[in-house]
Amino acid sequence: MRSIPAGPRPKHLTIGRIGLYCFIFVCAIFFLMPLYVMIITSLKDMDEIRAANILNLPKELSFYSWPKAWSQACTGFVCEGLKPGFFNSVKITVPSVIVSVGLSALNGYALAFWRFKGAYLFFGLCLFGAFIPYQVMVYPLLKIEDALGIYSTLPGIILVHTIFGMPILTLIFRNFYASLPIDLFKAARIDGGNFVKIFIYVIIPMSTPITIVAVILQVTGIWNDFLLGLVFAGRDNQPMTVQLNNIVQVDYGVAEYNVDMSATILTSLVPLFVYFISGRWFVRGIAAGAIKG
Amino acid sequence: MSKFRNIASIIALLPMIIISLTVFIGCIIYSFIYSLTNSKLIPVTNFVGFDQYQRLFKQRKWDVAVENIFIYGFVFTIGCLIIGFLLAVLIDQKIRGESLFRTIFLYPYAMSFVVTGLVWKWVLNPTFGLENSMHMWGFGWFELDWLVNRDLAIYAVCIAAVWQGAGFVMVLMLAGLRGIDEDIWKSLSIEGVAKWKSYLFVILPMLRPMVVTAIVLIAAGVVKVYDLILALTSGGPGYATTTPAMYVMENFFQRANLGQAFAASIIMFISVVCILAPWAFYEFYLRNKNAAN
Repeated sequence: MRSIPAGPRPKHLTIGRIGLYCFIFVCAIFFLMPLYVMIITSLKDMDEIRAANILNLPKELSFYSWPKAWSQACTGFVCEGLKPGFFNSVKITVPSVIVSVGLSALNGYALAFWRFKGAYLFFGLCLFGAFIPYQVMVYPLLKIEDALGIYSTLPGIILVHTIFGMPILTLIFRNFYASLPIDLFKAARIDGGNFVKIFIYVIIPMSTPITIVAVILQVTGIWNDFLLGLVFAGRDNQPMTVQLNNIVQVDYGVAEYNVDMSATILTSLVPLFVYFISGRWFVRGIAAGAIKG
Repeated sequence: MSKFRNIASIIALLPMIIISLTVFIGCIIYSFIYSLTNSKLIPVTNFVGFDQYQRLFKQRKWDVAVENIFIYGFVFTIGCLIIGFLLAVLIDQKIRGESLFRTIFLYPYAMSFVVTGLVWKWVLNPTFGLENSMHMWGFGWFELDWLVNRDLAIYAVCIAAVWQGAGFVMVLMLAGLRGIDEDIWKSLSIEGVAKWKSYLFVILPMLRPMVVTAIVLIAAGVVKVYDLILALTSGGPGYATTTPAMYVMENFFQRANLGQAFAASIIMFISVVCILAPWAFYEFYLRNKNAAN
Protein backbone atom coordinates (compact mmCIF):
# COMPACT_ATOMS: atom_id res chain seq x y z
CA MET A 1 0.00 0.00 0.00
CA ARG A 2 1.33 3.42 -0.93
CA SER A 3 1.19 6.10 1.69
CA ILE A 4 1.73 8.88 -0.84
CA PRO A 5 0.19 9.45 -4.28
CA ALA A 6 2.02 7.84 -7.19
CA GLY A 7 4.09 9.88 -9.63
CA PRO A 8 5.60 13.34 -9.44
CA ARG A 9 3.72 16.42 -8.34
CA PRO A 10 2.24 18.24 -11.37
CA LYS A 11 4.32 21.30 -12.22
CA HIS A 12 1.74 23.56 -13.83
CA LEU A 13 -1.48 24.85 -12.41
CA THR A 14 -4.15 24.13 -14.99
CA ILE A 15 -7.75 25.32 -14.89
CA GLY A 16 -8.73 21.86 -13.76
CA ARG A 17 -6.37 21.95 -10.82
CA ILE A 18 -7.56 25.39 -9.78
CA GLY A 19 -11.10 24.02 -9.84
CA LEU A 20 -9.92 21.06 -7.79
CA TYR A 21 -8.42 23.31 -5.14
CA CYS A 22 -11.54 25.48 -5.06
CA PHE A 23 -13.69 22.43 -4.51
CA ILE A 24 -11.48 21.01 -1.80
CA PHE A 25 -11.49 24.38 -0.03
CA VAL A 26 -15.27 24.49 -0.10
CA CYS A 27 -15.36 21.00 1.43
CA ALA A 28 -12.84 22.04 4.06
CA ILE A 29 -14.99 25.06 4.96
CA PHE A 30 -18.03 22.82 5.38
CA PHE A 31 -16.12 20.49 7.67
CA LEU A 32 -14.48 23.27 9.69
CA MET A 33 -17.53 25.55 10.02
CA PRO A 34 -19.10 23.83 13.04
CA LEU A 35 -15.78 23.81 14.90
CA TYR A 36 -15.28 27.50 14.07
CA VAL A 37 -18.80 28.40 15.20
CA MET A 38 -18.32 26.40 18.38
CA ILE A 39 -15.11 28.21 19.30
CA ILE A 40 -16.19 31.77 18.46
CA THR A 41 -19.58 31.35 20.12
CA SER A 42 -17.88 30.26 23.32
CA LEU A 43 -15.83 33.48 23.27
CA LYS A 44 -18.76 35.89 22.83
CA ASP A 45 -21.04 37.27 25.52
CA MET A 46 -24.78 36.70 25.29
CA ASP A 47 -25.61 40.25 24.13
CA GLU A 48 -23.35 39.85 21.16
CA ILE A 49 -24.71 36.39 20.38
CA ARG A 50 -28.23 37.79 20.30
CA ALA A 51 -27.29 40.79 18.20
CA ALA A 52 -24.68 39.56 15.76
CA ASN A 53 -24.10 37.07 13.01
CA ILE A 54 -23.24 33.55 14.22
CA LEU A 55 -20.29 33.50 11.81
CA ASN A 56 -18.76 36.83 12.87
CA LEU A 57 -15.65 36.92 14.99
CA PRO A 58 -16.28 38.22 18.52
CA LYS A 59 -15.88 42.01 18.87
CA GLU A 60 -14.33 41.57 22.27
CA LEU A 61 -13.23 38.32 23.75
CA SER A 62 -15.24 37.13 26.70
CA PHE A 63 -13.88 34.17 28.59
CA TYR A 64 -16.55 34.03 31.25
CA SER A 65 -18.38 31.07 29.70
CA TRP A 66 -15.44 28.71 30.07
CA PRO A 67 -15.11 28.61 33.86
CA LYS A 68 -18.89 28.64 34.06
CA ALA A 69 -19.22 25.57 31.83
CA TRP A 70 -16.49 23.85 33.78
CA SER A 71 -17.69 24.42 37.33
CA GLN A 72 -21.00 26.31 37.60
CA ALA A 73 -23.41 25.36 34.81
CA CYS A 74 -26.57 23.70 36.07
CA THR A 75 -27.95 20.25 35.34
CA GLY A 76 -31.34 20.24 36.98
CA PHE A 77 -30.87 21.49 40.54
CA VAL A 78 -27.18 20.76 40.76
CA CYS A 79 -24.89 23.54 39.58
CA GLU A 80 -21.43 22.05 39.48
CA GLY A 81 -20.68 22.34 35.79
CA LEU A 82 -18.98 19.62 33.81
CA LYS A 83 -16.17 19.05 36.27
CA PRO A 84 -17.73 16.04 38.05
CA GLY A 85 -18.61 14.57 34.66
CA PHE A 86 -15.05 14.93 33.49
CA PHE A 87 -13.69 13.06 36.49
CA ASN A 88 -16.42 10.44 36.21
CA SER A 89 -15.47 9.90 32.58
CA VAL A 90 -11.84 9.50 33.61
CA LYS A 91 -12.84 7.04 36.33
CA ILE A 92 -14.90 5.07 33.81
CA THR A 93 -12.54 5.25 30.85
CA VAL A 94 -9.20 4.36 32.46
CA PRO A 95 -10.16 1.04 34.09
CA SER A 96 -12.46 0.07 31.22
CA VAL A 97 -9.66 0.55 28.70
CA ILE A 98 -7.13 -1.35 30.79
CA VAL A 99 -9.42 -4.30 31.53
CA SER A 100 -10.86 -4.62 28.02
CA VAL A 101 -7.52 -4.29 26.25
CA GLY A 102 -5.81 -6.72 28.64
CA LEU A 103 -8.51 -9.35 28.39
CA SER A 104 -8.76 -8.99 24.63
CA ALA A 105 -5.02 -9.39 24.18
CA LEU A 106 -5.21 -12.65 26.15
CA ASN A 107 -8.22 -13.79 24.12
CA GLY A 108 -6.58 -12.91 20.83
CA TYR A 109 -3.45 -14.79 21.83
CA ALA A 110 -5.39 -17.89 22.87
CA LEU A 111 -7.36 -17.80 19.62
CA ALA A 112 -4.30 -17.33 17.42
CA PHE A 113 -1.96 -19.91 18.94
CA TRP A 114 -3.84 -22.30 21.20
CA ARG A 115 -6.71 -23.30 19.02
CA PHE A 116 -9.24 -25.72 20.37
CA LYS A 117 -12.45 -27.02 18.94
CA GLY A 118 -15.35 -24.64 19.15
CA ALA A 119 -13.22 -21.59 19.96
CA TYR A 120 -14.13 -19.97 16.69
CA LEU A 121 -17.79 -20.64 17.20
CA PHE A 122 -17.73 -18.58 20.39
CA PHE A 123 -15.61 -15.98 18.72
CA GLY A 124 -18.10 -15.74 15.85
CA LEU A 125 -20.95 -15.38 18.33
CA CYS A 126 -19.06 -12.71 20.21
CA LEU A 127 -18.29 -10.77 17.04
CA PHE A 128 -21.85 -11.04 15.91
CA GLY A 129 -22.76 -9.52 19.25
CA ALA A 130 -20.73 -6.44 18.40
CA PHE A 131 -23.27 -5.59 15.71
CA ILE A 132 -26.39 -6.09 17.79
CA PRO A 133 -27.99 -2.77 18.72
CA TYR A 134 -27.39 -1.99 22.39
CA GLN A 135 -31.11 -1.44 22.85
CA VAL A 136 -31.71 -5.18 22.51
CA MET A 137 -29.35 -5.98 25.37
CA VAL A 138 -29.65 -3.00 27.65
CA TYR A 139 -32.56 -4.18 29.77
CA PRO A 140 -31.59 -7.83 30.29
CA LEU A 141 -28.05 -6.72 31.04
CA LEU A 142 -29.40 -4.26 33.56
CA LYS A 143 -31.25 -7.15 35.23
CA ILE A 144 -28.07 -9.24 35.32
CA GLU A 145 -26.11 -6.38 36.87
CA ASP A 146 -28.91 -5.76 39.32
CA ALA A 147 -28.78 -9.41 40.39
CA LEU A 148 -25.02 -9.10 40.82
CA GLY A 149 -25.51 -5.95 42.88
CA ILE A 150 -23.39 -3.74 40.63
CA TYR A 151 -26.08 -1.88 38.69
CA SER A 152 -25.58 1.91 38.84
CA THR A 153 -22.06 1.58 40.18
CA LEU A 154 -18.63 2.25 38.77
CA PRO A 155 -17.74 -1.47 38.45
CA GLY A 156 -21.08 -1.95 36.70
CA ILE A 157 -20.40 0.52 33.92
CA ILE A 158 -16.80 -0.69 33.59
CA LEU A 159 -18.05 -4.25 33.13
CA VAL A 160 -20.48 -3.12 30.43
CA HIS A 161 -17.78 -1.26 28.51
CA THR A 162 -15.52 -4.29 28.79
CA ILE A 163 -18.22 -6.58 27.43
CA PHE A 164 -19.04 -4.38 24.46
CA GLY A 165 -15.41 -3.55 23.73
CA MET A 166 -14.12 -7.10 23.77
CA PRO A 167 -15.38 -8.57 20.48
CA ILE A 168 -13.74 -6.04 18.22
CA LEU A 169 -10.58 -5.78 20.31
CA THR A 170 -10.23 -9.56 20.35
CA LEU A 171 -10.52 -9.56 16.57
CA ILE A 172 -7.80 -6.91 16.26
CA PHE A 173 -5.43 -8.77 18.57
CA ARG A 174 -6.13 -12.14 16.99
CA ASN A 175 -5.39 -10.79 13.51
CA PHE A 176 -2.19 -9.20 14.72
CA TYR A 177 -0.97 -12.34 16.49
CA ALA A 178 -1.94 -14.53 13.54
CA SER A 179 0.41 -12.42 11.40
CA LEU A 180 3.38 -13.14 13.68
CA PRO A 181 5.62 -16.00 12.52
CA ILE A 182 4.42 -19.25 14.06
CA ASP A 183 8.06 -20.43 14.37
CA LEU A 184 8.58 -17.87 17.07
CA PHE A 185 5.86 -19.50 19.07
CA LYS A 186 7.19 -22.99 18.39
CA ALA A 187 10.69 -21.99 19.49
CA ALA A 188 9.28 -20.64 22.74
CA ARG A 189 7.42 -23.93 23.24
CA ILE A 190 10.62 -25.94 22.72
CA ASP A 191 12.36 -23.74 25.26
CA GLY A 192 9.75 -24.89 27.75
CA GLY A 193 7.42 -21.92 27.77
CA ASN A 194 3.87 -22.58 28.87
CA PHE A 195 0.69 -20.68 28.05
CA VAL A 196 1.22 -17.92 30.60
CA LYS A 197 4.99 -17.61 30.24
CA ILE A 198 4.89 -17.29 26.47
CA PHE A 199 2.23 -14.63 26.76
CA ILE A 200 4.17 -12.57 29.28
CA TYR A 201 7.71 -12.93 27.94
CA VAL A 202 7.20 -13.32 24.20
CA ILE A 203 3.84 -11.95 23.15
CA ILE A 204 3.35 -8.87 25.32
CA PRO A 205 6.71 -7.29 24.43
CA MET A 206 5.82 -7.59 20.75
CA SER A 207 2.35 -6.10 21.12
CA THR A 208 3.14 -2.40 21.46
CA PRO A 209 1.86 -1.18 18.07
CA ILE A 210 -1.41 -3.07 18.19
CA THR A 211 -1.94 -2.08 21.81
CA ILE A 212 -1.65 1.58 20.86
CA VAL A 213 -4.30 1.09 18.19
CA ALA A 214 -6.57 -0.71 20.64
CA VAL A 215 -6.13 1.93 23.34
CA ILE A 216 -6.93 4.78 20.93
CA LEU A 217 -10.02 2.97 19.75
CA GLN A 218 -11.25 2.33 23.28
CA VAL A 219 -10.41 5.72 24.77
CA THR A 220 -12.33 7.60 22.08
CA GLY A 221 -15.14 5.05 22.01
CA ILE A 222 -15.73 4.98 25.77
CA TRP A 223 -15.24 8.70 26.24
CA ASN A 224 -17.81 9.40 23.52
CA ASP A 225 -20.31 6.83 24.75
CA PHE A 226 -23.65 8.21 25.84
CA LEU A 227 -26.23 5.43 25.97
CA LEU A 228 -24.35 2.99 28.21
CA GLY A 229 -23.28 5.75 30.56
CA LEU A 230 -26.85 6.98 30.78
CA VAL A 231 -28.27 3.57 31.66
CA PHE A 232 -25.54 1.84 33.66
CA ALA A 233 -23.39 4.48 35.36
CA GLY A 234 -25.94 5.68 37.86
CA ARG A 235 -26.52 9.23 39.05
CA ASP A 236 -23.21 9.53 40.90
CA ASN A 237 -21.01 8.37 38.05
CA GLN A 238 -22.60 10.06 35.05
CA PRO A 239 -20.02 10.50 32.31
CA MET A 240 -19.29 13.85 30.70
CA THR A 241 -21.41 13.26 27.59
CA VAL A 242 -24.54 12.66 29.69
CA GLN A 243 -23.92 15.74 31.81
CA LEU A 244 -23.24 17.81 28.71
CA ASN A 245 -26.59 16.81 27.29
CA ASN A 246 -28.29 17.63 30.59
CA ILE A 247 -26.65 21.05 30.77
CA VAL A 248 -27.53 22.01 27.23
CA GLN A 249 -31.06 20.62 27.19
CA VAL A 250 -32.33 22.33 30.38
CA ASP A 251 -35.91 23.35 29.85
CA TYR A 252 -36.02 26.38 32.12
CA GLY A 253 -34.05 29.57 32.51
CA VAL A 254 -32.36 31.58 29.78
CA ALA A 255 -30.35 29.51 27.36
CA GLU A 256 -26.70 30.54 27.44
CA TYR A 257 -25.37 29.45 24.11
CA ASN A 258 -21.81 30.50 24.87
CA VAL A 259 -21.76 28.29 27.97
CA ASP A 260 -23.30 25.45 25.95
CA MET A 261 -20.59 25.72 23.33
CA SER A 262 -17.79 25.91 25.91
CA ALA A 263 -19.21 22.77 27.50
CA THR A 264 -19.37 21.07 24.12
CA ILE A 265 -15.76 21.92 23.38
CA LEU A 266 -14.65 20.76 26.82
CA THR A 267 -16.36 17.40 26.27
CA SER A 268 -14.69 16.81 22.93
CA LEU A 269 -11.22 17.90 24.06
CA VAL A 270 -10.04 14.44 25.09
CA PRO A 271 -10.96 12.61 21.85
CA LEU A 272 -9.73 15.53 19.74
CA PHE A 273 -6.46 15.55 21.65
CA VAL A 274 -6.10 11.80 21.07
CA TYR A 275 -6.89 12.34 17.40
CA PHE A 276 -4.42 15.14 16.84
CA ILE A 277 -1.49 13.58 18.64
CA SER A 278 -2.02 10.08 17.31
CA GLY A 279 -2.57 10.92 13.62
CA ARG A 280 -1.73 7.84 11.61
CA TRP A 281 -2.44 5.55 14.56
CA PHE A 282 -5.96 6.86 14.80
CA VAL A 283 -6.52 6.07 11.13
CA ARG A 284 -5.19 2.57 11.65
CA GLY A 285 -7.41 2.21 14.66
CA ILE A 286 -10.60 3.16 12.88
CA ALA A 287 -9.70 1.03 9.90
CA ALA A 288 -9.22 -1.91 12.27
CA GLY A 289 -12.20 -1.02 14.42
CA ALA A 290 -14.36 -0.30 11.42
CA ILE A 291 -16.50 -3.26 12.24
CA LYS A 292 -17.69 -1.59 15.44
CA GLY A 293 -20.08 0.43 13.29
CA MET B 1 0.45 -32.16 27.18
CA SER B 2 -2.11 -31.26 24.56
CA LYS B 3 -4.85 -31.67 27.16
CA PHE B 4 -3.09 -29.21 29.39
CA ARG B 5 -2.65 -26.53 26.77
CA ASN B 6 -6.27 -26.74 25.81
CA ILE B 7 -7.34 -26.24 29.39
CA ALA B 8 -5.14 -23.16 29.74
CA SER B 9 -6.53 -21.60 26.60
CA ILE B 10 -10.09 -22.44 27.55
CA ILE B 11 -9.57 -20.70 30.88
CA ALA B 12 -8.13 -17.71 29.04
CA LEU B 13 -11.12 -17.62 26.74
CA LEU B 14 -13.62 -18.10 29.52
CA PRO B 15 -14.64 -14.42 29.66
CA MET B 16 -15.37 -14.47 25.93
CA ILE B 17 -17.34 -17.70 26.17
CA ILE B 18 -19.39 -16.45 29.10
CA ILE B 19 -20.08 -13.13 27.41
CA SER B 20 -21.07 -14.64 24.09
CA LEU B 21 -23.42 -17.11 25.77
CA THR B 22 -24.96 -15.07 28.58
CA VAL B 23 -24.90 -11.54 27.22
CA PHE B 24 -25.26 -11.86 23.49
CA ILE B 25 -27.32 -15.02 23.21
CA GLY B 26 -28.95 -14.92 26.63
CA CYS B 27 -30.11 -11.32 26.41
CA ILE B 28 -31.70 -11.83 23.03
CA ILE B 29 -33.58 -14.91 24.21
CA TYR B 30 -34.66 -13.03 27.34
CA SER B 31 -35.88 -10.09 25.25
CA PHE B 32 -37.74 -12.38 22.90
CA ILE B 33 -39.46 -14.31 25.69
CA TYR B 34 -40.58 -11.16 27.47
CA SER B 35 -41.70 -9.61 24.20
CA LEU B 36 -44.46 -12.25 24.29
CA THR B 37 -45.74 -11.03 27.66
CA ASN B 38 -47.74 -8.00 28.72
CA SER B 39 -45.03 -6.76 31.10
CA LYS B 40 -45.45 -3.13 32.10
CA LEU B 41 -43.27 -1.74 34.87
CA ILE B 42 -41.57 -5.01 35.77
CA PRO B 43 -41.05 -8.14 33.66
CA VAL B 44 -43.87 -10.63 34.31
CA THR B 45 -44.47 -14.00 32.68
CA ASN B 46 -48.02 -13.37 31.59
CA PHE B 47 -47.89 -14.60 28.02
CA VAL B 48 -50.08 -12.93 25.42
CA GLY B 49 -48.62 -14.35 22.21
CA PHE B 50 -47.68 -11.84 19.55
CA ASP B 51 -50.00 -9.11 20.87
CA GLN B 52 -47.15 -6.72 21.56
CA TYR B 53 -45.98 -6.99 17.96
CA GLN B 54 -49.48 -6.41 16.63
CA ARG B 55 -49.85 -3.39 18.87
CA LEU B 56 -46.43 -2.18 17.78
CA PHE B 57 -47.29 -2.26 14.10
CA LYS B 58 -50.45 -0.30 14.77
CA GLN B 59 -48.59 2.54 16.48
CA ARG B 60 -48.42 5.71 14.41
CA LYS B 61 -45.22 6.58 16.28
CA TRP B 62 -43.57 3.32 15.29
CA ASP B 63 -44.51 3.93 11.64
CA VAL B 64 -42.87 7.35 11.83
CA ALA B 65 -39.82 5.81 13.47
CA VAL B 66 -39.47 3.19 10.74
CA GLU B 67 -40.01 5.74 8.01
CA ASN B 68 -37.37 7.97 9.57
CA ILE B 69 -34.84 5.18 9.82
CA PHE B 70 -35.29 4.45 6.11
CA ILE B 71 -34.89 8.11 5.12
CA TYR B 72 -31.95 8.52 7.45
CA GLY B 73 -30.37 5.24 6.38
CA PHE B 74 -30.71 6.04 2.70
CA VAL B 75 -29.56 9.67 2.79
CA PHE B 76 -26.80 9.06 5.32
CA THR B 77 -25.39 6.00 3.54
CA ILE B 78 -25.50 7.54 0.07
CA GLY B 79 -24.23 10.89 1.37
CA CYS B 80 -21.30 9.31 3.19
CA LEU B 81 -20.38 7.14 0.22
CA ILE B 82 -20.50 9.93 -2.36
CA ILE B 83 -18.77 12.56 -0.24
CA GLY B 84 -16.31 10.05 1.20
CA PHE B 85 -15.36 8.72 -2.24
CA LEU B 86 -15.14 12.23 -3.70
CA LEU B 87 -12.89 13.40 -0.88
CA ALA B 88 -10.68 10.33 -1.26
CA VAL B 89 -10.31 10.99 -4.99
CA LEU B 90 -9.54 14.67 -4.37
CA ILE B 91 -6.95 13.81 -1.73
CA ASP B 92 -5.39 11.34 -4.18
CA GLN B 93 -4.72 14.10 -6.77
CA LYS B 94 -1.26 14.93 -5.44
CA ILE B 95 -2.54 18.06 -3.80
CA ARG B 96 -0.54 20.30 -1.52
CA GLY B 97 -1.24 20.01 2.18
CA GLU B 98 -2.67 16.53 1.81
CA SER B 99 -2.29 15.58 5.45
CA LEU B 100 -3.84 18.90 6.56
CA PHE B 101 -6.94 18.26 4.46
CA ARG B 102 -7.13 14.68 5.64
CA THR B 103 -7.01 15.88 9.23
CA ILE B 104 -9.79 18.39 8.53
CA PHE B 105 -12.08 15.84 6.91
CA LEU B 106 -11.60 13.21 9.58
CA TYR B 107 -11.66 15.21 12.83
CA PRO B 108 -15.47 15.13 13.19
CA TYR B 109 -15.22 11.36 13.44
CA ALA B 110 -13.38 11.78 16.74
CA MET B 111 -16.33 13.71 18.17
CA SER B 112 -19.17 11.99 19.95
CA PHE B 113 -22.68 11.91 18.54
CA VAL B 114 -23.88 14.06 21.42
CA VAL B 115 -21.35 16.77 20.59
CA THR B 116 -22.17 16.50 16.88
CA GLY B 117 -25.85 16.88 17.61
CA LEU B 118 -25.44 19.86 19.94
CA VAL B 119 -23.13 21.73 17.57
CA TRP B 120 -25.48 21.34 14.62
CA LYS B 121 -28.41 22.24 16.80
CA TRP B 122 -26.73 25.57 17.40
CA VAL B 123 -25.60 26.09 13.79
CA LEU B 124 -29.12 25.35 12.53
CA ASN B 125 -30.80 27.33 15.30
CA PRO B 126 -33.75 29.03 13.57
CA THR B 127 -33.29 32.35 15.41
CA PHE B 128 -29.54 32.81 15.71
CA GLY B 129 -28.08 30.25 13.32
CA LEU B 130 -27.08 30.21 9.67
CA GLU B 131 -30.49 31.44 8.54
CA ASN B 132 -29.94 34.62 10.52
CA SER B 133 -26.46 34.98 8.99
CA MET B 134 -27.87 34.80 5.50
CA HIS B 135 -30.51 37.39 6.36
CA MET B 136 -27.82 39.68 7.72
CA TRP B 137 -25.94 39.31 4.46
CA GLY B 138 -29.01 40.47 2.58
CA PHE B 139 -30.48 37.14 1.52
CA GLY B 140 -33.85 37.76 3.16
CA TRP B 141 -35.53 34.95 1.25
CA PHE B 142 -33.17 32.32 2.66
CA GLU B 143 -34.92 29.74 4.82
CA LEU B 144 -33.27 27.15 7.01
CA ASP B 145 -35.93 26.20 9.49
CA TRP B 146 -35.23 22.48 9.28
CA LEU B 147 -35.08 21.86 13.00
CA VAL B 148 -38.59 23.17 13.57
CA ASN B 149 -40.03 21.76 10.36
CA ARG B 150 -41.67 18.36 10.74
CA ASP B 151 -40.86 17.27 7.20
CA LEU B 152 -37.28 18.48 7.07
CA ALA B 153 -35.98 17.84 10.60
CA ILE B 154 -34.83 14.33 9.72
CA TYR B 155 -32.65 15.77 6.93
CA ALA B 156 -30.95 18.03 9.45
CA VAL B 157 -30.04 14.84 11.31
CA CYS B 158 -28.67 13.42 8.05
CA ILE B 159 -26.46 16.47 7.45
CA ALA B 160 -24.99 16.27 10.94
CA ALA B 161 -24.41 12.53 10.55
CA VAL B 162 -22.75 12.87 7.14
CA TRP B 163 -20.54 15.64 8.52
CA GLN B 164 -19.44 13.27 11.26
CA GLY B 165 -19.07 10.08 9.24
CA ALA B 166 -17.91 11.04 5.73
CA GLY B 167 -14.27 11.23 6.79
CA PHE B 168 -14.41 7.63 7.88
CA VAL B 169 -15.56 6.50 4.43
CA MET B 170 -12.83 8.68 2.95
CA VAL B 171 -10.20 6.82 4.97
CA LEU B 172 -11.52 3.43 3.83
CA MET B 173 -11.67 4.54 0.19
CA LEU B 174 -8.28 6.21 0.28
CA ALA B 175 -6.74 2.99 1.56
CA GLY B 176 -8.37 1.28 -1.42
CA LEU B 177 -7.16 3.89 -3.92
CA ARG B 178 -3.62 3.67 -2.61
CA GLY B 179 -3.75 -0.07 -3.09
CA ILE B 180 -4.50 0.19 -6.82
CA ASP B 181 -1.63 -0.97 -8.97
CA GLU B 182 0.21 1.82 -10.78
CA ASP B 183 0.25 -0.20 -14.02
CA ILE B 184 -3.50 0.16 -14.23
CA TRP B 185 -3.16 3.94 -14.12
CA LYS B 186 -0.40 3.78 -16.78
CA SER B 187 -2.44 1.69 -19.16
CA LEU B 188 -5.47 3.91 -18.63
CA SER B 189 -3.49 7.01 -19.50
CA ILE B 190 -1.97 5.31 -22.55
CA GLU B 191 -5.47 4.46 -23.72
CA GLY B 192 -6.31 8.12 -23.25
CA VAL B 193 -9.22 7.55 -20.90
CA ALA B 194 -10.36 10.71 -19.16
CA LYS B 195 -9.49 10.77 -15.51
CA TRP B 196 -13.05 11.07 -14.17
CA LYS B 197 -14.10 8.18 -16.41
CA SER B 198 -11.25 6.04 -15.11
CA TYR B 199 -12.28 6.73 -11.54
CA LEU B 200 -15.94 6.08 -12.14
CA PHE B 201 -15.84 3.09 -14.47
CA VAL B 202 -12.55 1.34 -13.74
CA ILE B 203 -11.32 2.22 -10.28
CA LEU B 204 -14.65 2.32 -8.45
CA PRO B 205 -15.60 -1.24 -9.51
CA MET B 206 -12.17 -2.36 -8.32
CA LEU B 207 -12.95 -0.88 -4.91
CA ARG B 208 -16.07 -2.97 -4.58
CA PRO B 209 -14.96 -4.82 -1.44
CA MET B 210 -14.29 -1.48 0.27
CA VAL B 211 -17.64 -0.11 -0.83
CA VAL B 212 -19.49 -3.20 0.38
CA THR B 213 -17.71 -3.10 3.74
CA ALA B 214 -18.46 0.60 4.11
CA ILE B 215 -22.14 0.08 3.29
CA VAL B 216 -22.55 -2.78 5.75
CA LEU B 217 -20.77 -0.92 8.55
CA ILE B 218 -22.77 2.25 7.95
CA ALA B 219 -26.04 0.35 7.68
CA ALA B 220 -25.44 -1.59 10.90
CA GLY B 221 -24.72 1.75 12.60
CA VAL B 222 -27.85 3.34 11.15
CA VAL B 223 -30.18 1.02 13.04
CA LYS B 224 -28.59 2.06 16.33
CA VAL B 225 -28.89 5.83 15.85
CA TYR B 226 -29.94 7.33 19.16
CA ASP B 227 -27.69 9.89 20.86
CA LEU B 228 -27.31 12.04 17.74
CA ILE B 229 -31.05 12.54 17.42
CA LEU B 230 -31.54 12.94 21.16
CA ALA B 231 -29.01 15.79 21.17
CA LEU B 232 -30.10 17.41 17.92
CA THR B 233 -33.89 17.27 17.97
CA SER B 234 -34.86 15.15 21.02
CA GLY B 235 -37.01 13.27 18.53
CA GLY B 236 -39.02 16.39 17.71
CA PRO B 237 -40.69 18.52 16.61
CA GLY B 238 -43.44 16.41 18.17
CA TYR B 239 -42.18 12.95 17.38
CA ALA B 240 -41.25 13.77 13.78
CA THR B 241 -37.65 12.52 14.10
CA THR B 242 -38.16 9.62 16.43
CA THR B 243 -36.39 6.35 15.56
CA PRO B 244 -36.83 2.71 16.56
CA ALA B 245 -33.96 3.00 19.05
CA MET B 246 -35.67 6.00 20.68
CA TYR B 247 -38.98 4.16 20.72
CA VAL B 248 -37.36 1.26 22.55
CA MET B 249 -35.61 3.47 25.10
CA GLU B 250 -38.73 5.50 25.75
CA ASN B 251 -40.83 2.42 26.40
CA PHE B 252 -38.17 0.91 28.66
CA PHE B 253 -37.34 3.89 30.81
CA GLN B 254 -40.05 6.54 30.56
CA ARG B 255 -43.31 4.82 29.74
CA ALA B 256 -42.69 1.67 31.77
CA ASN B 257 -44.06 -0.40 28.91
CA LEU B 258 -41.53 -3.23 28.87
CA GLY B 259 -43.42 -5.61 26.59
CA GLN B 260 -43.61 -3.01 23.82
CA ALA B 261 -39.95 -2.15 24.25
CA PHE B 262 -38.89 -5.80 24.04
CA ALA B 263 -41.00 -6.36 20.92
CA ALA B 264 -39.57 -3.27 19.23
CA SER B 265 -36.02 -4.23 20.20
CA ILE B 266 -36.50 -7.71 18.72
CA ILE B 267 -37.62 -6.10 15.45
CA MET B 268 -34.46 -3.98 15.52
CA PHE B 269 -32.41 -7.10 16.11
CA ILE B 270 -34.02 -8.93 13.20
CA SER B 271 -33.37 -6.02 10.86
CA VAL B 272 -29.69 -5.96 11.80
CA VAL B 273 -29.48 -9.69 11.13
CA CYS B 274 -31.08 -9.12 7.73
CA ILE B 275 -28.42 -6.54 6.91
CA LEU B 276 -25.54 -8.64 8.19
CA ALA B 277 -26.45 -12.16 7.12
CA PRO B 278 -25.95 -11.81 3.34
CA TRP B 279 -22.70 -9.94 3.89
CA ALA B 280 -21.36 -12.42 6.46
CA PHE B 281 -22.33 -15.26 4.15
CA TYR B 282 -20.44 -13.64 1.30
CA GLU B 283 -17.40 -12.62 3.37
CA PHE B 284 -16.82 -15.77 5.35
CA TYR B 285 -18.40 -18.55 3.36
CA LEU B 286 -18.26 -17.80 -0.36
CA ARG B 287 -14.87 -16.19 -0.17
CA ASN B 288 -13.34 -19.14 1.69
CA LYS B 289 -14.96 -21.49 -0.78
CA ASN B 290 -13.55 -19.54 -3.72
CA ALA B 291 -10.15 -19.41 -2.08
CA ALA B 292 -10.24 -23.17 -1.58
CA ASN B 293 -11.00 -23.81 -5.24
